[in-house]
Amino acid sequence: MNEKLHYWMLALPALAVMIVFYIWPVLNIWGISVTEPSTGLDNYTRMFDSNAVRVSFVLTFRIAAVTTIMCLLLGYVLAYTISNFATRVTPLMLGLVLLPFWVSVLVRSFAWIVLLGRSGLVNDALIDTGLITSPIRIMHNELGVLIAMVHVMLPFAVLPMLTNMRGIDDSYVKAARGLGASEWRAFREVYFPQTLPGVFSGGLLVFVLSLGFYITPALLGGGRVMMISEYITYQIQEFLNWGLGAALSVALLVATALVLLVAGRFVNLRKTFLERG
Amino acid sequence: MPDPILSVRKAVKTYGAFHALNDVDLDIREGEFLTLLGPSGSGKTTLLSVIAGFTPLTSGSVHARGGDISRLPPEKRGFAMVFQGYALFPTMTVAENVAYPLRVRQWKRQDISDRVAECLDLVQMAQFADRMPSQLSGGQQQRIALARSLSFKPDILLLDEPLSALDKKLRADLQWELKALHDRLGVTFVYVTHDQEEALSMSDRIVILNDGQIQQQGAPDDLYNWPRTEFVASFLGKSNFINSVVLKGADGTLKAQAGGHEFPIEDHNGTAVSGETCLALRPERIRLGAPGAEMFEGRVRQISYLGERCQVLVDHAEFGEILVSHPTWHVDIRPEPHLNVSFGWERGACVPLLSA
Repeated sequence: MNEKLHYWMLALPALAVMIVFYIWPVLNIWGISVTEPSTGLDNYTRMFDSNAVRVSFVLTFRIAAVTTIMCLLLGYVLAYTISNFATRVTPLMLGLVLLPFWVSVLVRSFAWIVLLGRSGLVNDALIDTGLITSPIRIMHNELGVLIAMVHVMLPFAVLPMLTNMRGIDDSYVKAARGLGASEWRAFREVYFPQTLPGVFSGGLLVFVLSLGFYITPALLGGGRVMMISEYITYQIQEFLNWGLGAALSVALLVATALVLLVAGRFVNLRKTFLERG
Repeated sequence: MPDPILSVRKAVKTYGAFHALNDVDLDIREGEFLTLLGPSGSGKTTLLSVIAGFTPLTSGSVHARGGDISRLPPEKRGFAMVFQGYALFPTMTVAENVAYPLRVRQWKRQDISDRVAECLDLVQMAQFADRMPSQLSGGQQQRIALARSLSFKPDILLLDEPLSALDKKLRADLQWELKALHDRLGVTFVYVTHDQEEALSMSDRIVILNDGQIQQQGAPDDLYNWPRTEFVASFLGKSNFINSVVLKGADGTLKAQAGGHEFPIEDHNGTAVSGETCLALRPERIRLGAPGAEMFEGRVRQISYLGERCQVLVDHAEFGEILVSHPTWHVDIRPEPHLNVSFGWERGACVPLLSA
């Protein structure tokens, strides 16, 4: 009993901060969603009837899905290379994967604006080489948002896969090849199935983070690609529509919870979020 | 000698300045149980990996009956490999694991299930066919790995320290089983180990490696009784080393002078020694007696009792410390610390070694 008390005492400061600054405000938002501007479920009926909201939700899920797939494809190859071909540059490659974590998302997003803008480096370079004559639009649209999001999210995909792959002994593939399987077949039938837990973990992490992502889509989208979190900001900042904004937040939270609930049937969530690295 | 099933010629493998293999020549006979024995870093695992096709040689070649296979990928060589960590595919059941090499070879479904059942019977694991590998103990997993390797009837089975992850008792049981399996199937086994007892108890032939070179090869009792070098004498079992002067008698017999005595020795290895020579002497070949009963006088320093035998450290004025493995039963003398004893040995107990 005494030990249990100690346990809670130790957790108390952090718990108090979470309750006061996170859980209480979230509960308030739930409250606002059913009280502003009038008591009832008006906000939710408006939300479900709104075409703009539906478009934004579809867009959010689509961008999150494409980002996840791209991150998994690029990340898998990278993680495979780092974990299977040990060379002198392996520590450097690992460092490069972790490096973005030390640079603010804001800075990285602005960097993409410099690169992708109308007179950004990419367009200038393409015009200079004569490949195009006038600037192409690679920003303030879905493509720009996707490019920057894949970049920001990539480490979250790579790290779980890397952890997973580094735990796979090379004797499995060797055994398979000794038993007669070609290199490709050994990869496909013996190695790849063992990496699926890492792929699911990385994919889930990226997908869930992408659903509620704000900074990068807002900057690269330039108000034209409105994902749900930006839509919420808009409702509150521009229209002071706290009720609908709150209702949308609740909807996003529920959607994310549903994703986790469904994913929990396939992935060990505890492992994904608690035992990484 | 019949055609070897596999030959390694002038094999050299370097990693930077390090020579993992340094000019190795090896012939493997069909059906033999060959053990590559050596300390870690001796090149034994590299040699196995070269044979399997995972490690390309820096120079030299590997030949099978069909010709040079140096450039053939592992899957085309038809040798199966068993690993220390078992390497059972964790996403497949036991039966699927054993079926894998057959599936790769596109056997018919019925043939596969017949052969899988047969192989699981062979290692007495039939009742575990539908389990996942993670549900089995280490010893059971290694049996499945064996069944999987044998299922496609490979020409050669390569075993990379397959028993070293198991506890002592289980290891001893599996040694008997492996040996029985080898005798029954007639498949060529190439076995890598650093455990000299394992090598002695199972092999038809042992190849001792050190620093990427073959030190000596031969049948276990030959190697044990007639080591050529100090390394082999001390790596395979225990040895005392005695500095002596070897003289050739008029009748061609060899005599060694050491400790103020002269005694006959045999040159079984044809090392043609003379002059200052180091002699290897096995602890169990030394007789202990009462003072004056044997050739040399000494004093017991320490005793370690092991049950069926005891290890006795005897101090001798010239030889220094002599290790004697003394029976604890049917003996005239029971050594104890500070007791004065005499010791000696029969002809042939001292083996002249090549000078390093």
